[in-house]
Amino acid sequence: MAETHSLQDLRQQAAIASKVFIQRDYTSGTICKFQTKFPSELETRIDKQQFEETIQTLNNLYAEAEKLGGKSYLEGCLACLTAYTIFLCMETHYEKVLKKITKYIQEQNEKVYAPLGLLLTDPIERGLRVVEITIYEDRSSR
Amino acid sequence: MHFGVDEPVRECQYSQVCTRNSSPMETPHKKIYTRKWRVFPGRNKFYCDGRIMMAKQTGVFYLTMVLIMVTSGLFFAFDCPFLASNLTPAIPAIGGVLFFFVMGMLLRASFSDPGVLPRATPDEAADLERHIDATNGPSGPGYRPPPRTREVVINGQTVKLKYCFTCKIFRPPRASHCSLCDNCVDRFDHHCPWVGNCVGRRNYRFFYLFILSLSFLTVFIFAFVITHVILRSNRTGFLSALKDSPARYPLALQAPSRNAGRRAREWELECDSRSSGTFCAFCAVGADGDTLSLSLCFHTYLISSNQTTNEDIKGSWSTKRGKDNYNPYSYGNILTNCCAALCGPLPPSLIDRRGFLQPDTPQPVCHSNGTSIYTPTQLHAHMCDQHQCIQSTKFVLQAAATPLLHTDSVILPAAAVGHALPGKSSLVGPCASLGPGGQPPPSSSLASLPSSMPGLTCAGELLALRSDADPHCHHHHLASPEETPSPPSPPPHSALVVAAMPCPAHGPHPPPHLHPAQLYNPASQDSLHEDSVRGLIKLSSV
Repeated sequence: MAETHSLQDLRQQAAIASKVFIQRDYTSGTICKFQTKFPSELETRIDKQQFEETIQTLNNLYAEAEKLGGKSYLEGCLACLTAYTIFLCMETHYEKVLKKITKYIQEQNEKVYAPLGLLLTDPIERGLRVVEITIYEDRSSR
Repeated sequence: MHFGVDEPVRECQYSQVCTRNSSPMETPHKKIYTRKWRVFPGRNKFYCDGRIMMAKQTGVFYLTMVLIMVTSGLFFAFDCPFLASNLTPAIPAIGGVLFFFVMGMLLRASFSDPGVLPRATPDEAADLERHIDATNGPSGPGYRPPPRTREVVINGQTVKLKYCFTCKIFRPPRASHCSLCDNCVDRFDHHCPWVGNCVGRRNYRFFYLFILSLSFLTVFIFAFVITHVILRSNRTGFLSALKDSPARYPLALQAPSRNAGRRAREWELECDSRSSGTFCAFCAVGADGDTLSLSLCFHTYLISSNQTTNEDIKGSWSTKRGKDNYNPYSYGNILTNCCAALCGPLPPSLIDRRGFLQPDTPQPVCHSNGTSIYTPTQLHAHMCDQHQCIQSTKFVLQAAATPLLHTDSVILPAAAVGHALPGKSSLVGPCASLGPGGQPPPSSSLASLPSSMPGLTCAGELLALRSDADPHCHHHHLASPEETPSPPSPPPHSALVVAAMPCPAHGPHPPPHLHPAQLYNPASQDSLHEDSVRGLIKLSSV
């Protein structure tokens, strides 16, 4: 089992062993959703259920961002009526949820992934194509 | 990793000054950051420090602007005063609101990011290659792998996802690669020259609202110009209202210099000629108006059926293809489709044009929310990691392209660049040479590298810059491909070392003497890179 790392330790001292990319799941259409299939490279590092829970939470957050409903229509209509100048003053709902997602990922990294020698990269930094998980070298296995 | 490892890696940030950065050179110990738009790999133009993004060819866009402004200007100047005084001032007011809305939507459609998908990072691309290899299975030499596609079932329809060789990604459904802008665009509709940009997921609603409001504006102006002419003709006769030619324009400009009474009369007469001038303008615009209304009808149909122009032209969801062929993206009813297209949530830009490029980040550019993933030490490892990958790729391609070259020899076409950029020991932003509107790389051999491998050019230029800064290395490996010396191992390896370690030790000061013994061969690194090298050999043989 990997020795415990803090997020700071990881970033400063550990070397990258490999990276795993969780691809998008398009079976529900073009909405942003990631595959929950557990990659084999992570088998020795993290609990399957924990991983799936993280990905599922991310998927739910993205679904919330892209949800079509009264609130999003209202925002869209209001924006149209103001010739979209309203977005100079306020953030879109999508942007607010993206901030929430960034915070969630940071929190997950600190609490769950860094101690196991892993690091999640926010998908927005990869153009919402993949969830990149960096696997750091396990110093205890040397 | 040997040299430079004892030096504080923070120095990595000192030396990396972008040669193409317009901000003035500061002292070597200050950090200079490049904005990501400067190193954007697509063929787009950026203005206002990355706030505005357009296609390369913008001539027709300016024509659109001029046509709208001139026509509206003529209307407001010469028809509105009469209409306001004789009918109602609401007419110019409504006209004004419509005009501003049209311009707003046009500018919004033209200047915003249509939904460009950023290109894959080298790690991602390598990972995809591995998966593709695993799927296709081992192949003998000369075997041509099948075109790269992935099938996915969406709402009961089988959709093929194609692999984009330029962006190194599997395109999401409905995305397409625009050859004019050289970008993959999400929910790609079409590239509109009138708007000077692609129309995609993020600006489709602005485009639609633009053509809708422009149609209203055209009809509005046309109707009130006719009203104006008719009202005037009731007073003075129809023919005299129309007979004056637009050639009297210069005289109209002199009107304010005469006395008030005569001025008012002459102004009225000028208005007659202006209204005829506007009329003429509208006859010219009439042809455009037909195109406009056709366009509007077509896009209204597309919106209500939730299709893109691309899909409609290809007949992707046409029942002619098969009885069970239907559009899996449609919400089922017209109202929901329209609401979703026009009032749905607006996704943010994925390409972070105004973010700052981390000095270590190789191309392609990744989106960053401003948070750096790596601290300086990690920058070192990460960069070396990626440069190993880039270098392996480069060597593989060169080996494939130039059979005479020994694979162990120094293959540094970029070395020629070193000559062209003397005295530059700084390294960040060499990738800016690939930026839009930037000059092509000075070396023709660099230009011959595939444009889909911007990372290579970057690494190559890094190498050239590095080797230029280090006179010691210079002797060993500033060899152009023609001069291939097939030297004994140490010099090429030191070149590789130099290539992979461009940053940390190589500030403005030359590094300590290189020990050929303390070398590494990137090919003998971890299997990740062996796999990517193998995959890329196959790629280059296709």
